[in-house]
Formats: sequence, structure tokens, C-alpha cells
Amino acid sequence: MTEITFRQALQRGLREALDADPNVFLMGEDIGKYDGAYAVTQGLLEKYGPDRVRDTPISEAAFVGAGVGAAVAGLRPVVELMSMSFSLVASDQIVNMAAKIRYMSGGQLKVPMVLRAPTGGGVQLAATHSQSFENWYASVPGLKVVTPSTPYDALGLLRSSIEDDNPVVFAENALLYATKGDVPDEEYRVPIGVADVKRTGTDITLVGWAHGIVTLMAAAEKLAETGVSAEVVDLRSLRPLDMETVTESVEKTGRALVLDENWRTAGFGAEVAAEIGYRSSDYLDGPVARVSGTDTPSPYSRPLEQLGIPQVPWVIDEIEKTYGI
Amino acid sequence: MYLIRQFEEACGEMYTRGQVRGFLHLYIGEEAIAVGAISQLLPHDYIVTHYRDHGHALARGLDPNRAMAELFGRIDGLSKGKGGSMHLFDAEKGFIGGHAIVGGQFPLAAGLALSHQYRKSDGVCVVFFGDGSTNQGTYHEVMNLAAVWKLPILFFLENNLYGMGSRFDRVRGGGEDFYPGAATYGIDQTAVVDGMDVMAVQEATKLALESIRSGNGPAFIEAKTFRFQGHSMADPVKYRDRSETEVWEARDPLKTFPRDLLDQGLFTEAELEEIRCGVDAEVAAAVKFAEDSPFPPDEELFTDIYA
Repeated sequence: MTEITFRQALQRGLREALDADPNVFLMGEDIGKYDGAYAVTQGLLEKYGPDRVRDTPISEAAFVGAGVGAAVAGLRPVVELMSMSFSLVASDQIVNMAAKIRYMSGGQLKVPMVLRAPTGGGVQLAATHSQSFENWYASVPGLKVVTPSTPYDALGLLRSSIEDDNPVVFAENALLYATKGDVPDEEYRVPIGVADVKRTGTDITLVGWAHGIVTLMAAAEKLAETGVSAEVVDLRSLRPLDMETVTESVEKTGRALVLDENWRTAGFGAEVAAEIGYRSSDYLDGPVARVSGTDTPSPYSRPLEQLGIPQVPWVIDEIEKTYGI
Repeated sequence: MYLIRQFEEACGEMYTRGQVRGFLHLYIGEEAIAVGAISQLLPHDYIVTHYRDHGHALARGLDPNRAMAELFGRIDGLSKGKGGSMHLFDAEKGFIGGHAIVGGQFPLAAGLALSHQYRKSDGVCVVFFGDGSTNQGTYHEVMNLAAVWKLPILFFLENNLYGMGSRFDRVRGGGEDFYPGAATYGIDQTAVVDGMDVMAVQEATKLALESIRSGNGPAFIEAKTFRFQGHSMADPVKYRDRSETEVWEARDPLKTFPRDLLDQGLFTEAELEEIRCGVDAEVAAAVKFAEDSPFPPDEELFTDIYA
């Protein structure tokens, strides 16, 4: 095992995939000569050359759709968007092309493509650069949506995503890039669609994904100080959604809280909370607790921005309010 | 051309009978383009087109039976009835749709062309589009991308003058010719051609493909044409004068081309009649095939979402 950052894990995943399969290539804005806006692709142009590490014009619809076309033709493009917020410019290509072409062709075609993008807020980029549209894409049949929270998962899920025969939206919370964790020295995969129990506990199940897991792990530490044993379930992918692992945990602990760092209304956390209620109401000591980001655009000013992002005390308070523990 | 015309006449009839539903956009009047252009393609070339796609599909040799069954929404359709008229696909023939979001097909075509370049193949992707789509951002984005990457892509504009009910001059500031604009993106291989003349389309396409296959990057052809009927079956055509249609109908390639063949002594009337009879039987058989094919079983709702 070696301790590396989330960013290094992604880069290693890209290198391994490029080495393993000549059909894999990367494209995106400034991923080559500039080394990538978040430096995930640093040094890759030099090693793999301009055919396999392609800088694109600032034309999200064009190069995301070109990724779909290349994938339909049997290549395995890994397309990088500089921000998940920019995916809206290409959303027609994602929703109407990548996600539909297999179905509308009656299964004749497939789209083995990965769309990587930094996502989330918290770094004062203001309202248009701090959004998490992976939540939206999670409602689209035909897409897979992957949301790793650790370097281990990032590397293993990226390898699985690139080898998957379907379009995968791979959401990289930008707050995670510098976080560290152990990864095996040998190659490995993490399967898409399998949630992971990041901490075991007996009193309450805390469900989240991506950067939300950082908050939930800290909340679980805090709860332990008062004698509450929290289990943390990391969804790892929003679509497919592994409700079996969530359900098993909830029915063991009898309490559940869902953390969604993004907008509350019609957010993905609402879907998870509703499913828990639907499946496990007989096992629950009370309603499913919810913590989410505020239903506001993200302001630039740091104190204001932080007011809108779920913090550990929000989780603690919500649990106390809902379950009295 | 005659097959496309008769196939579509049958589509229209089946629509009025309620056998074909949804949106149905007929290509009648524009057949010379699909036939002239696609006749010049190689088997490993790709074709991407818009929702008025029956002509391109048949010109590429897609099975009329399975195409008609698709329009009927039946299991033996090209896409098992899941795509319909606007979304015809045949992967084996490199026919990558039928796309119904106007301009959505440009990026897809760029990627298909990129795959040929990546594999160092001499293959080309032809993307057909109408004048209406040229006001979408993807048109401009992909022309630039294709030029900067020298992609083997043929942009084929079927300028039928109307985007649904809007004549080009009501929605475009750039004048009646579109092809000169391609040069501003660095696409120098451009041509304008009479879209009612199948031989002219063929010749222009041949030259464009030669240029692309020799590594010069993308090419652009604008064909001037006209759809004789409405935008779709739902269109009462209130926005244009009947006299405008009549001018173009006089140049119907289904009238002029057979006449040319007879004048040049290449075919006799009897030979043409034999061809027509054969096609009429083929179209009747396609309708019969579609009628006899069952609707998809319920489980098909849930299949083909993921590979």
C-alpha cells in the first residue's frame, strides 16, 4: 500500500488505462499542454502524445459529442470537462445522445465513454462554478454516475468506468483532490454500483457520497464521543444505486440520516431518503433525517458560502432533533 | 430514387391510416441528394443524419422491410420499434442515425470521423443536415473542431430553404448561400450543387471525398433543394406559396432523371417500367412485412438501456 492523493489516484488510473488499451484516449480543455486545470492529467501529453491526449477548443457540446461518436465507433474516450457546471453546455449530447443512442438503436450501438469533471462548491468560485449536476444526471436512464470519496475508490472506480461499455459521468469533488489515502500497489478495480460501509456502527446509519463522506466520517467521530455508534455508508455511485447495502445497514441500526451537499429540493438525497422510508419504515425509530445544502445559489463571499454547505454540527443537530440521541 | 419516393408515399398513406404514428417527416423532392451522395461512399464510411432520414437509410441499402417495420413500431424494425421514423440505425452499414434534436448530430459525426483518423483508416463520416440546423451552436463548433483536427468529415447541407415554417431569410443574416461560410472555419474544400440533379450531386461528392481521403481534412457541400410536402404530416404548409413549390416540382428528379436516361438512350421506357414495377412490389412487400410483424413484447421496454 502507498499513500497518495485523490488527484494522484486519478492520474494513476488514467495512466494504467492508457497503458492497458490502445483504444483509450483522453480529450478535454487544456488537459495537455497546460497539464489540466486541476493537474490530473499533468505530464500525460508528454508520455502518450497528442493523439491520445487531445486538447480541445472551448466547445463542450462538440467535444463531449465527439466522445460519444468515438465511443460508438469502438474507442474508449475519457473526456474531461473543466467543471461539472460546464456540462450544461453539453447536456444535450449527454442526455439525448450518450444516454439514448443504445436504446434508440434497439441495442445495436454502445457508448463506452467516461465523462470526468470536477464538481461541488466550497472554494469561492461563486454560483455558476460550484454546482453538482451529477445529481441531475443520476435521473437519466442510460447513464451511470460515479461519485468516489477516497483515493482508493477514485482509482478503482475510474478503471471500472473506463472499462464499462456504458457512458459514465465520473464526478470528482474538487475538495477531494488533495485528500490522501492508501491504495494497493498492484492494479485493482472497484465495481460500479456497490456501496461501501466506510465505518461500522450500531446506532444510526449515515448515508452520503463523495465529499459528503468526509463530513459524515467527522460527524461519526464526534458522535462516538457521546457514545453514539454511527455506521457510514458511502454510495460510491448514484446510478446504479445500491439500496441493498443501505437497507441492510438501516435495518440493523434502526435510524438513518442522508447527507446531500447539494440543493435540497428534488436533490438526490431526497431520492435516497424516500427509498429508505419506503423499504424500511418498519425498522425505523423515526423519520429519515435529512441534511442538505441550502436551496440557494453559491455566493462568492467565504462566510456566506460556508453558511450554505453542510457542516458536522448540522449532522449532529439533525440526529438529535430527529431521534433524540 | 424511385424506391425512396414510393416508400415514402407508402409511409404517408400508412400515417393517414394510423399505422405510422408520432412525427413523420417526408424527404419527397430531395431524393437526388441522398442517392447521389451515398452512392459514392465505401462500406466502412459512416453516415449520420437528421430526422428526415428515410432517404439516406434506403440509399445506404438499409432493408426497406425493417425500416417500414420500425415506422410501424414493430419488433422486426431496425431498432425493434424503439426508435421510430426519426431514429433509423443500422450499425452494420455504418448508418449511425437518424437524430431528432436539430444540430445534435454534428458532434457525433465528429467523433465517428475522429475514430477513422485515430485508427489511420481512410474512412469518412458524412453528416447530412438542413439549413435550419446551421443556426445551432453545434454546427459552428464542429466545423471548427473538424478543421482544427483535420477530421475526415463531409458536411452535407441539404438546403431546402425552410426550417420547418421559417424560410432561411427570416432566420439568417448571412445571405442565401451557406457554403462560403465554411471557409471562415478553415474548410477550403467547398462546393454548391443543384440538389435536384443526382449526377451533379454524385460528382460533387466524389470530388469532396477524394479530397478528404487524401488527408486534406473536412469538406463542405451545399445542395439546393426543396421538400415538396410539409415539414411533417402535421404541417398544413401555410407559410409558403403553392407557386414556389410548383417551380421546384417541375424539376422533380423523379421526372427529370428518367427523361435524361431515355434521351441519352441509356434505358428504354420498357426497362424503366420494369424497374418501377419491381420497386412497387418491394414497397408493397415492406408494408406487408411491417403489418405482419408483431409489436415488441413488454420486456423490450426495459432492454437496451445498458450494454
